[in-house]
Amino acid sequence: MLRLENVTKRYGVGAFGGRTFTAVRDVSFEVAPGEVVSLIGESGSGKSTIGKMILRLTPISEGRITLDGADIRGFARGRRKEYYRRVQGVFQDPFSCYNPIFKADRVLWMIKEEYFPRVPRAEWDERVESALRAVRLDPGAVLGRYPHQLSGGQLQRLLVARALLLDIRYLVADEITSMLDASTRIDVLNLLADLKTRGLGVLFITHDLALGNYIAAKTVVLRRGEVVEMGDTEKVFADPRHPYARHLLASVPQLHARWDGEQEERYGGCPVHEDAAAPEADGRAGPGRLVEVEPGHLVACTGPEGGCRVALARGGPAAAAAGGR
Amino acid sequence: MTLRVTDLKVYYKTLRGEVKALDGVTFELGDAEILGLAGESGCGKSTLGKALIRMDGRMRLRGGGVELDGERLPIDDDAAMNRYRYHRISLIPQYSMSALNPTRRIGRMIRELVESRGVRYADVEEELLRRLKLVGLDPDVLSRYPIELSGGMKQRTVMVISTLLNPSLLIADEVTSALDVSTQKAVAKALAGFRDRGFVKSMIFVTHDISLTYQIADTIMVMYAGKLVEKASASAIVSKPRHPYTQALINSLPEVGVRYTDRRLSGIPGAPPSLLKPPAGCRFRDRCPKAFARCAAEEPPVTEVASGHFVACWKG
Amino acid sequence: MTTPDTEPSGAAGTAAAPGAVAPAPAAAAVPRGALAETLYFAVRNGKLLGGLAVFTLLLVAALAGPLLLSGDPNAYVGLAAQAPSAEHWFGTTHFGQDVFAQFVHGLRSTFYVGAVGGGIAAVIGMVVGFTAGYRGGLVDEILNALTNVVLVLPALAVLLVINAYLGVRSLTVQALFIGLTSWPWAARAIRAQTLSLRARDFTDLARLSGVSTWKIIVREIAPNMSSYLFMTFILLFGGAILIGASLDFIGLGPTQGISLGLMLNNAAQWNALHLGMWWWFVPPGAGITAIVGSLYVMNVGLDEVFNPKLRET
Repeated sequence: MLRLENVTKRYGVGAFGGRTFTAVRDVSFEVAPGEVVSLIGESGSGKSTIGKMILRLTPISEGRITLDGADIRGFARGRRKEYYRRVQGVFQDPFSCYNPIFKADRVLWMIKEEYFPRVPRAEWDERVESALRAVRLDPGAVLGRYPHQLSGGQLQRLLVARALLLDIRYLVADEITSMLDASTRIDVLNLLADLKTRGLGVLFITHDLALGNYIAAKTVVLRRGEVVEMGDTEKVFADPRHPYARHLLASVPQLHARWDGEQEERYGGCPVHEDAAAPEADGRAGPGRLVEVEPGHLVACTGPEGGCRVALARGGPAAAAAGGR
Repeated sequence: MTLRVTDLKVYYKTLRGEVKALDGVTFELGDAEILGLAGESGCGKSTLGKALIRMDGRMRLRGGGVELDGERLPIDDDAAMNRYRYHRISLIPQYSMSALNPTRRIGRMIRELVESRGVRYADVEEELLRRLKLVGLDPDVLSRYPIELSGGMKQRTVMVISTLLNPSLLIADEVTSALDVSTQKAVAKALAGFRDRGFVKSMIFVTHDISLTYQIADTIMVMYAGKLVEKASASAIVSKPRHPYTQALINSLPEVGVRYTDRRLSGIPGAPPSLLKPPAGCRFRDRCPKAFARCAAEEPPVTEVASGHFVACWKG
Repeated sequence: MTTPDTEPSGAAGTAAAPGAVAPAPAAAAVPRGALAETLYFAVRNGKLLGGLAVFTLLLVAALAGPLLLSGDPNAYVGLAAQAPSAEHWFGTTHFGQDVFAQFVHGLRSTFYVGAVGGGIAAVIGMVVGFTAGYRGGLVDEILNALTNVVLVLPALAVLLVINAYLGVRSLTVQALFIGLTSWPWAARAIRAQTLSLRARDFTDLARLSGVSTWKIIVREIAPNMSSYLFMTFILLFGGAILIGASLDFIGLGPTQGISLGLMLNNAAQWNALHLGMWWWFVPPGAGITAIVGSLYVMNVGLDEVFNPKLRET
C-alpha cells in the first residue's frame, strides 16, 4: 500500500526563502496494489508535486508518505535504490526523458548498471526483450535508435518497459499521454490497465477527466493543492458534489453532447450543505474537512461543524451536470 | 462563400527532399461557418492554416489556389499578402500567448500593431474596449504587462486584437491546447460568440481534439497525411462517420459519462506514412481494417456521399 | 548548442509538424558503440580536423622550436630592424633580436599561461558551476555570493599588492593568478546551463534509476554541454593569454623570457607599425589569433560530432 498522510509541500519563494508558497496542503489518499487511482487537477493544482514527492524527487514539508507502512524518508542514501526498485515513474514529455545525445535504450542499460551489474549480457538481453514485448514494442524497432528517431508513443512505452525491468509495485504516471496523438494515446492507457492486472498500483496524474474516467477505479480531484473531492470514480463522476468538481466535469468537451448554455460558475460556500454561507476569500477555503457523503465518496466541506448531516440526508445537490449515461 | 480552396498543394523544402505536407486539398467555407479542422500531428492541418495567411521560408506552393470572398489570394507572394493579413484574414497562432512582447504594456503593443497595419488607433479604441469587456476583460489590462495576465486572459486578449478589424476569415490554430479545461471552454465559447456577433465572418478552428471542435464547429474536416479524408457537419462526423480513419479516431476517444468497467477502446495500430515519398493509393490503407486491393492501386477521390458529407474512401 | 530543426520530426502531439513520424534512415555503415561512433564522425569532420591541424602545428612549434633554437631568444643576434630573410626567417627587432626565436619561445610561454591559467579557471568554474546549479538552495546562494565577490575583485589592484609583497614573478605565478581570478563568469555560465539541464526529465529519470549525484553530473549533464564546456575552456584559454599579455605590458609579467604578448607590446612600444616593421607584430598577433581561432573551429566541429541531430544534415 502506498499511502499519503496529511502531506503538505511548501516552497520558499524569493531570496533565502523569505516567503513560502503552499503547493500541496494536507493531502491524504492511498494507492493499493492492482488499483489505478487518478489524480485530477488543472495547472497549479499541485498534482505533479505530489508525484514528485512520492518519487522522492522533492522533499515533503509536512506529513508523510509510506510504502507498506514504512516512511519513504527512511529510504535515504544507501536505501534509495531499494525504494526505486519498487516505485517508479513515467513523465509527461517523452522527449525530455531521454538524454538527446545518447541512444534511447540507454535508459534500460542504466537499470542494468545500477541494479543488475552481475547479470550476464545474454540473460539481460532476454529480459529486455520480454519487457519490450510486454509493452508491445518491437525490439528491433527501438533498440539502438536515438530518441529523435522514435515516436512519442514508442518512447513512452520504452519508459514503461524500463520500469518493468525492476520488480516494481507502484508506478507514478504523470500526464504520460498528454503529448501523444489520440490514436496512440489509448494504447498507452490500455498498457496501464494491463499493469493493473499484473498487480501493480498506478497513480495516474492527469488534467483530462475523460482519461481518468476510462482507466481509474478511484479518483482524487485537486484544486490549488487541496483535495476537494475523492472516492470511487463511478460515484465521483456520476454525482460530483463539490462545485469545482462539477464545474470541471461540465467543462469537459464531450463527443455526443454539446456544452449547455450558461453554466453557473459558483465557487463559494460549502458544497455539502449548500446554503451555508462560507465564502472562500480568494478561493482558498482553508483546511477543508473531507466529509463522507456516501460510502466511498468524500467531499471537502468548508461549513460549520455538524451542519453536514442535512446535506447527507438530502442526498446532495442536483446530479451531475454532465449527466451520467 | 467566404473561402474556396482548390486542390491546394503546399510542400516543405527539407534537405532530404520535399515533404508533401498538404497534398491536394479542396474544400469550401460558407459565410458564418465555423470549420473544425481535425487530425493528428503531421496531418497537414497547421500547414493549411499557415498557408492561408503566411507561408514560412521552407513552404512552397506546388499547385492549386485559394479564393477569399471571390477574390484570388496571392498566398505564395509574401508582400502581396500583406494587404489581406489582419484586415481580411487573421490568425491566432498556436503559441500566441508567448508571442506577446513581455517588455511592452498590452495597450501600447496594440497601438503599435494596428498602426503598423495602417489603421489609426483612435478609430478602433472604442471598439477595442467594448470587445475586451465582452470577453470579460477589464479595460485596465491595457496598462498591464503580459506577465501579469493568466493564460486564459492572454488568449482572450489575443483573440480581441486579432479580430479588431472584423476579418472575413479567422484561423485559430490550436488556441486552446495549452489551457486548462475550464479556461478552454470559456475561450472556445468566446470564439463562437465572435462569429455570432459578426466580428469575424467565418472561422477555421484547427485542433487535434475532436470532442472540443464538436462543441463549437458547424462542420468538421478530418485530415490524414496531407489529404482530406472526410468533411461533414459536426454531428455527422461524430455520430455517423463514414471513413475508417474517422471511425477509428472517434472510437479511440474515452469519454466522461460512459462507464468502462471492462470494456477497452482500441487505438489505431501503425504510424502515418512518411510524406517525403507518400505511398500511391490511399494513404491510410496500411492501418485500415477495411483496405482491399483497389486501395493500393488507386487513390480514392473525395466524393459527396450525402448532402454536404464528403468522404475519400472506396468503401465510404 | 543549437539544434536546427531541419526536419520537423513529429514532435509534440499538439504541434502539427509536417513530415510525419517516419524514423530516420538508419545509418547502416555506422559502427556500434558510443565511443567508436563518436570517433567515426570525428575523423570525418573537416572543421575538427582542420582546427586540430593548426593547433597541433603551433603546439609542436612551441614544444620543439625552443629545443632547436636553444639560447636566449632575447639575445642580440643580428642587425636591427631587418626584414625577413633566409638567416632570420621572421626578421629582427628594433634591437637586432631574432623574431622567429622570440616567436617560438613566446608561443611556448603563451601556451603555458593559457593552459595552466585557463585550466585552473575551468576546473574551479566547473566545480562551482555544477555544484551550485545541481544542488540549488542554500549551497547555490552561498556559491553565487562567492562568485560575485570574485567577479568584482579589482584584479589588477590585487595583483599589484601581491606582487609588491611577494615579489614572485614567474610564469607559473602569473598563470595561477589568472586562473584564480578569471573563473567567475565560467561558473555562472555553467551554473545556468546545469540549472536548465537539471530541470529536464532525464536527470530525474537517472535519479529514479538510482544513479548517484556525481555520476549524473558527469554522465548525464556534462556530456550534454561538452561542446559548451570546451567553448568555455577556449575562452578561458584565450582570455588567460590576453590577460597575460596585459600583465606583461604593465611590467607585472615574468621579468625573464618572452611571450607573444610581450612581443606585441614591445612592437607597439617601439612604433613598429609606423616604421613599417610588420614582421615584428604580425607573427605574435597571428599566433594568438591562430591558437584561439583553431580552438574555435574545433569547437564547431565537435558540436557536430557530439550532437546526433546535427550529424544527419
